[in-house]
Amino acid sequence: MIEARLLTKIFRDTKRGDIRGADQVSFRVEPGTIYGLLGANGAGKTTTLRMIGTLLRPTGGSATVAGFDVVREPDRVRANIGFLAASTALYARLTAREMIAYFGRLNGMDDRSVRARIGVLSEELGMGDFLDRRCEKLSTGMKQKTSIARTLVHDPQVMIFDEPTLGLDVMTARSIVQFVRECRGRGKTVIYSTHVMSEAEKLCDRIGIIHGGAIRAEGTVTELKARTGESDLEESFVRIVAPEARP
Amino acid sequence: MNPGTIGTVYVKELRDTLRDRRTLVSMIVVPTLFMPALIFGMAKIATAIVSKAREEVPRVMLVGGADSPAVRAELEKSGKFAVEPASGDWKQLISDKKVRAAAEIPEGFEKGLGEGSAPAVTLYDYQGELKSGLAVEQLRDFFTGLRDRATAKLLKDRGLPATIARPFEVKQVNVAPPEKVGGNILGGIIPYFIIFLSLVGAMYPALDLSAGEKERGTMETLLCSPAARTDIVLGKFLMVLTASLFAVFSALSSLGATLLLVAASSGTAAKGDPGMLSIDPLGILGVLAMIVPVAVLFSAVLFALALFAKSLKEAQSYVTPLTFMVVVPVAIGILPGIDLNYRLALVPILNISLVCKEMLSGVWHWGYIGLIFGSTALYAGSALALCVKMFRSEGVIFRT
Repeated sequence: MIEARLLTKIFRDTKRGDIRGADQVSFRVEPGTIYGLLGANGAGKTTTLRMIGTLLRPTGGSATVAGFDVVREPDRVRANIGFLAASTALYARLTAREMIAYFGRLNGMDDRSVRARIGVLSEELGMGDFLDRRCEKLSTGMKQKTSIARTLVHDPQVMIFDEPTLGLDVMTARSIVQFVRECRGRGKTVIYSTHVMSEAEKLCDRIGIIHGGAIRAEGTVTELKARTGESDLEESFVRIVAPEARP
Repeated sequence: MNPGTIGTVYVKELRDTLRDRRTLVSMIVVPTLFMPALIFGMAKIATAIVSKAREEVPRVMLVGGADSPAVRAELEKSGKFAVEPASGDWKQLISDKKVRAAAEIPEGFEKGLGEGSAPAVTLYDYQGELKSGLAVEQLRDFFTGLRDRATAKLLKDRGLPATIARPFEVKQVNVAPPEKVGGNILGGIIPYFIIFLSLVGAMYPALDLSAGEKERGTMETLLCSPAARTDIVLGKFLMVLTASLFAVFSALSSLGATLLLVAASSGTAAKGDPGMLSIDPLGILGVLAMIVPVAVLFSAVLFALALFAKSLKEAQSYVTPLTFMVVVPVAIGILPGIDLNYRLALVPILNISLVCKEMLSGVWHWGYIGLIFGSTALYAGSALALCVKMFRSEGVIFRT
């Protein structure tokens, strides 16, 4: 489970002053559900997810992941999450197998467990053909599969996806979306950030609309539509984040 | 701190680095070829140039000396000079390198020579120009020989022995062992290259493992793992240090092999004479020991600078001035007349350059050695602590 309580991040900038990357963000994600963080570029999605993933330290508020506090127990938090983002790349000169094994070992797994886990993931994701090929030689789809295997090698309880389909072709993006669904099916706690309305609508059990670093509205897709009186999630989104922008 | 995680990061970085051609070039190829190419290649080229210049019969000009035909005839007859016809612009001809040197023979020179009261001959050359220098050296030899013969004749005519003008000879004998002679010759230049190569060896891996990872997006991937930041930075740092030390080791091995080859090819080894370019092996071991804290210092400073950068390009712009900051103190260390003292022993890089020079020439000042090793280790430790601190700072890692 993920629980964020008034999570705040202020970036100090000598030229621009204090910038609130996240402003009192609160939400709760139960196991076996997908929580969507929907927002435009710069809305605060990545900052929020990086705080939950312990890559950034919150300025205020708190969060727990699988029962561990992100500030006091960051190593334990990271041991329980799989973090996949458009910005999390692969080591070009390692093979797919070496990449997965490296992260297995960083997660404290022994060689035998790593080998066994790679066998399972390779089978599940259909990686047999390219497991021993260097990442720099892989196609985009193969790279995505390798990244997924990397996030799953230690079988985490919580999955964090930060715009994972950004820049991907339709087929690769579909396979990612399918994988996210499978994570829910396996009872994992999933948080998924995106600015693509259709993805959010198809995938998420609950959605938090984030804008200017703060959660502006939260609920199921149906609840959000009902709240704004719109039949389309995109229209609901616009109405929530910029009501003055509507014709 | 978890040694297992540090080892995991180190092994991964080592594997990754060994697959990178650019790092291999800076770590192995450059150091291996650089030292012998520079020391022996340059020496060979210089020798060839000097030999060729010596073989050339220099074009010289005699200015004046119309009343000294015998001197002119002797100079032409010597076969060592191509005497050009006198010309009014002889100084310009020397500057234009059309004539290598000139000798101005004053009026009444030949007459005065026979009486033991000849006026001074003036030699003209283009200072700093090799062929002109050789030409004027030969002219000086010619006129010195002429003077000696004239002196001997004057003494003989007066019934005095020739030795009266030169009652004793001065001889010079070297008592230093060949390896110390070699140490003095190479003592300045070896530390220069070793220190420089330890910097060059660490440079590319330091950039690649920090700014390079940020640029490629693998840093964020790595930070998502539960590995502690300190373990990650230490694993990466150890790889940079390995590259630096390997560059030094490659250079020294290559130098050693080249020295053996030179000795074998010149036959000096067979005669039991290691030759003037031999070096005390203890001196080399001393240099290796002293270079370890320097390599730690370079690796940590380079890593910290590159870590701060957002991209490889930015990192390169930080690292380039560091190269000059290293070369200058090392170059000062080579200069003759600069000796170690307790103040200089605390100046980073310069202290290593000076103490390595001493060790290679067989001088072991243990007080200085301890002070330099200790102070450099302290600087290196501080730089490494800074690296760890920076790696733990999200302002550095996620700097935008």
